[in-house]
Amino acid sequence: MMTGDWIDVGALVEIPLRGARTIKAANGEEIAIFRTAGNRLYALVNRCPHKQGHLSQGIVHGEAVTCPLHNWRISLSTGEALGEDEGCVPTIPVRADAGRVLVSRVAMLAMLAAA
Amino acid sequence: MDFQGTGIGAEDRDDASDTVGTQRLVVIGNGMAGCRAVEEILARDPGRFRITIFGAEPHVNYNRIMLSPVLAGEKSFDEIVINDAAWYADNGIDLVAGDPVVAIDRAARTVTANSGRTVGYDRLLIATGSDPFIIPVPGKDLPGVISFRDMKDVDAMLAAADRGGDAVVIGGGLLGLEAAHGLSLRGMKVTVLHLMPTLMERQLDEAAGWLLKTELERRGQTILTGADTAAIVGEGQVEGVALKDGRTIPASLVVMAVGIRPSTALAREAGLAVGRGIQVDDHMVTSDPAILAVGECVEHDGQVYGLVAPLWEMCRALADGLVAEPSGYRGSVTSTKLKVSGIDVFSAGDFSGGDGAEDIVLRDAARGVYKRLVLREDKVVGAVLYGDTADGSWYFDLLRKGDDVSSIRDLIIFGQAFAQGGGQADPKAAVAALSDDAEICGCNGVSKGKVVAAIQAGACSLDAVRATCKASASCGSCTGLVETILALALGDEVESGPKTICPCSSFTHGDVRREIVAQELRSIPEVMQKLHWTTPDGCSSCRPALNYYLLCAWPGDYVDDQQSRFVNERLHANIQKDGTYSVVPRMWGGLTNPRELRAIADVVEKYDAPMVKVTGGQRLDIFGIRKEDLPAVWADLNAAGMVSGHAYGKALRTVKTCVGSEWCRFGTQDSTGLGVKAEKMSWGSWMPHKFKIAVSGCPRNCAEATIKDFGVICVDSGYELHVGGNGGIKLRGTDLLCKVATEQQALDHIAAFIQLYREEAWYLERTAPWIERVGIDHVRRRIVEDVVGREALTARFLFSQSFSQDDPWAARAAGKHREQHAHLGEFRPLEILAAEGAR
Ligand code: SRM
Ligand SMILES: Cc1cc2nc3c(=O)[nH]c(=O)nc-3n(C[C@H](O)[C@H](O)[C@H](O)COP(=O)(O)OP(=O)(O)OC[C@H]3O[C@@H](n4cnc5c(N)ncnc54)[C@H](O)[C@@H]3O)c2cc1C
Ligand code: SF4
Ligand code: FES
Repeated sequence: MMTGDWIDVGALVEIPLRGARTIKAANGEEIAIFRTAGNRLYALVNRCPHKQGHLSQGIVHGEAVTCPLHNWRISLSTGEALGEDEGCVPTIPVRADAGRVLVSRVAMLAMLAAA
Repeated sequence: MDFQGTGIGAEDRDDASDTVGTQRLVVIGNGMAGCRAVEEILARDPGRFRITIFGAEPHVNYNRIMLSPVLAGEKSFDEIVINDAAWYADNGIDLVAGDPVVAIDRAARTVTANSGRTVGYDRLLIATGSDPFIIPVPGKDLPGVISFRDMKDVDAMLAAADRGGDAVVIGGGLLGLEAAHGLSLRGMKVTVLHLMPTLMERQLDEAAGWLLKTELERRGQTILTGADTAAIVGEGQVEGVALKDGRTIPASLVVMAVGIRPSTALAREAGLAVGRGIQVDDHMVTSDPAILAVGECVEHDGQVYGLVAPLWEMCRALADGLVAEPSGYRGSVTSTKLKVSGIDVFSAGDFSGGDGAEDIVLRDAARGVYKRLVLREDKVVGAVLYGDTADGSWYFDLLRKGDDVSSIRDLIIFGQAFAQGGGQADPKAAVAALSDDAEICGCNGVSKGKVVAAIQAGACSLDAVRATCKASASCGSCTGLVETILALALGDEVESGPKTICPCSSFTHGDVRREIVAQELRSIPEVMQKLHWTTPDGCSSCRPALNYYLLCAWPGDYVDDQQSRFVNERLHANIQKDGTYSVVPRMWGGLTNPRELRAIADVVEKYDAPMVKVTGGQRLDIFGIRKEDLPAVWADLNAAGMVSGHAYGKALRTVKTCVGSEWCRFGTQDSTGLGVKAEKMSWGSWMPHKFKIAVSGCPRNCAEATIKDFGVICVDSGYELHVGGNGGIKLRGTDLLCKVATEQQALDHIAAFIQLYREEAWYLERTAPWIERVGIDHVRRRIVEDVVGREALTARFLFSQSFSQDDPWAARAAGKHREQHAHLGEFRPLEILAAEGAR
């Protein structure tokens, strides 16, 4: 594992199954890290493509999260709105290793640069 | 990676051989992989090597996976030996058992064992397996704390079981559960501590994990999930395990089965390339061309394995590369089975879903079966089977081959026999082909002929079929079949059935509520299993509903599922469009005082709240609080005696009052006082939707009681009780329920009405549409006419309130669910760049 490419942002047990936690970036932007019932990790920029709702606060089901503000369903793997709605939120590579949560450094830097 | 060709070639090799025509092969590790590799080599070229095997254990090679049946008393050690002493002798193998190798000298090409014995090699094979991972807690070295890896551990467990008493197994994975099973069969009282929320979470999804836990509990084991070990306690001998939550579980034996680590110390000291395991190429050659490695101790292509199937494939590639045509190992796909008698569990591949993945779920509650297949691009990528694993190997085969299964997509979940039998790929055709006396509904014994007869007699919808012949009216597992019969009989004329709770289920809200009570279902996974949910973990519509129904059915017993709550109820505050929250403390009956007002004013200033507003519900709303600050805000409000106003909840909101007889010249009764009493009685209760009460002191009705869920209008002779009003989206005036004489009677009726609503309404149905649906007469009958029934409702409400009147804000202010108010971490790129520069 090349640690330089991945940033350790915390312990996996801190994210509840079917739940999410957030990472606060230096510029105020937030990343939401989701853990599904199937124990899979996903990371999205914490802004709903509809009206910037905090996706981290939505209900996680299957591989999707329902936005808490107006119930859009967002795919955790692609960041795209599901069903009738249209829109997309950036995703960030994330993985678990030895009980730690690692996010892609390059993607985080790119996200900061774009914001 | 490929280490071949980086060092010496074959011509350099023969210098150290001391026997003509043979080279020396030394194997470190007399376990499953080491011996299998030797077998594979001998099968290809029996004369090539003179072989010495070093084994740390004082045994011949035995089948490690059968230690579980040995512990359970189903097998003896002799029965699990793979290679007996004769095998070593017949093949001229020198076995040095009970003497571990302690050093490898790569320059001299020798290995040295603990006893000092040194042996030279031309080729060295490292097959040291894994070491159990011991969690570094105080007390881990106490006598009585063991792992589960070899025969010595089994002997220690058997000795402990002879003495009886309590055993704790730390780790609810495959190994831990097999240890727990064996110990409990041997008469010990076993508790399994598992850090994660569900058992075997790496092999099973939540639904199967729940079924497994239920079955093990039924067999008498105690399973504690989310249990984090703080220390192992005892004086000179283990006496118990202390958890981080403060509990201590007594134990005279503690088995740690939390995981394994490749055993790489020897290789690392010898300077071989080691990552998570000893790194090998496709021919199991390490970074030193004279040294090979195989089994659990290796890392191939970034992967390490903890099961035997990959070893067999590795050993084949190793032998091919060493003495025959190199074939190359390409990694393994693995499947898991739990070896606990009477519990069938199978899992394979990737069942966590993901990109474009499609779930097929089959639940058969009566047989305790759960099957889930995950397909991606028409291929099976994962499978979890519980209760019926007969088709596990078929699914695993489809998975490994990557077969396109689109032609059997509709039937695949029923298994190989059904999906491939008779070429009936169309489920409609399969149903059409059923004979008239084929049983459709097992619960009510209804044949296909009876269903067809009911339809021909006019039952044109699922509901009508249920009502007339009872097919699919009980557990519902045959709903799909009945729908197919309806479609076959009527074509397009099928009337759509009643609205189901959500697309995850074929049950209506009413069905679900009834079955939770009738079948005593006590958790969300249990409801989903017994009522045949078609998704593994529901959706954002059904989960909050199920959470509420269970909470209502089992007060004091059911543990709320935070992940099934809408954000407002999870955070006990209303989310705003900018992601901040509003905070509304309770002001009983709309009354307040200087201390409360001062505390609110202080909070507004201290947290820079951009706005504070008088609400339409007679209290104050503080806006713009960040989720991180909520606990501190609540602590400040608590300090002034205020509790949550539940302005965010499907719960009692406000009790609006007018000034009443105490001040008003028209007031007939103390409406303010009654309002405060009603609010003190009802606050904190979870309900199908929000619930508002108002009490007006006279028919002028200044508190707008006739558009509330429950409205009281005071008159000279008593209290008029009104129900089912709504001032919201669709205006509805209340219906008069009855008139009572005393304040206490009014309170008793409020409690009974709320409880009836809590028990009968559907989730997210306010009292107005609920009463329109069931009729005011029904409500009057239950509450006014049936006095005994009313008293029982009131008692049930007060009982459930005894568990729900703890202020949720106080708990949060004291640190409960801290994680919901804090970020997991922060990302400051400048610091990271600086740290990297410093490296
Ligand atoms: C704050 C307040 C407006 C105000 O500033 O006065 C308010 C604010 C909201 N109302 Fe209301 N309602 C408020 C009194 C009312 C009233 C008046 C009353 O209670 O006397 C009504 C009509 C009466 C009724 O409920 O029958 C009312 C009918 C609604 C409705 C429609 C309900 C319906 O059944 O038709 C909604 C939408 C819903 O619940 O789905 C709603 C939803 C909302 C929500 C929760 C919208 C949302 O989901 O975020 C607003 C939350 C703002 C916040 O963050 O606090 N609010 N809302 C009032 C809070 C009262 C309190 O102290 O708790
Ligand atoms: C209780 C139990 C149940 C299991 N059930 C299953 C199952 O159902 N299905 C499945 O696929 N897998 C199962 N496994 C896993 C399976 O047993 C292992 O994957 C397999 O044994 C690994 O083989 P190995 O040769 O790499 O390691 P091992 O079989 O552990 O062999 C390594 C040997 O090397 C020895 N050794 C280590 N260091 C030295 C040294 N320095 N000098 C000399 N000798 C040394 C060790 O003492 C050991 O005997 C189970 C394991 C256990 C413990
Ligand atoms: S009336 Fe509409 S905008 Fe105003 S508080 Fe209620 S929900 Fe929000
Ligand atoms: S902001 Fe997410 S649905 Fe509207």
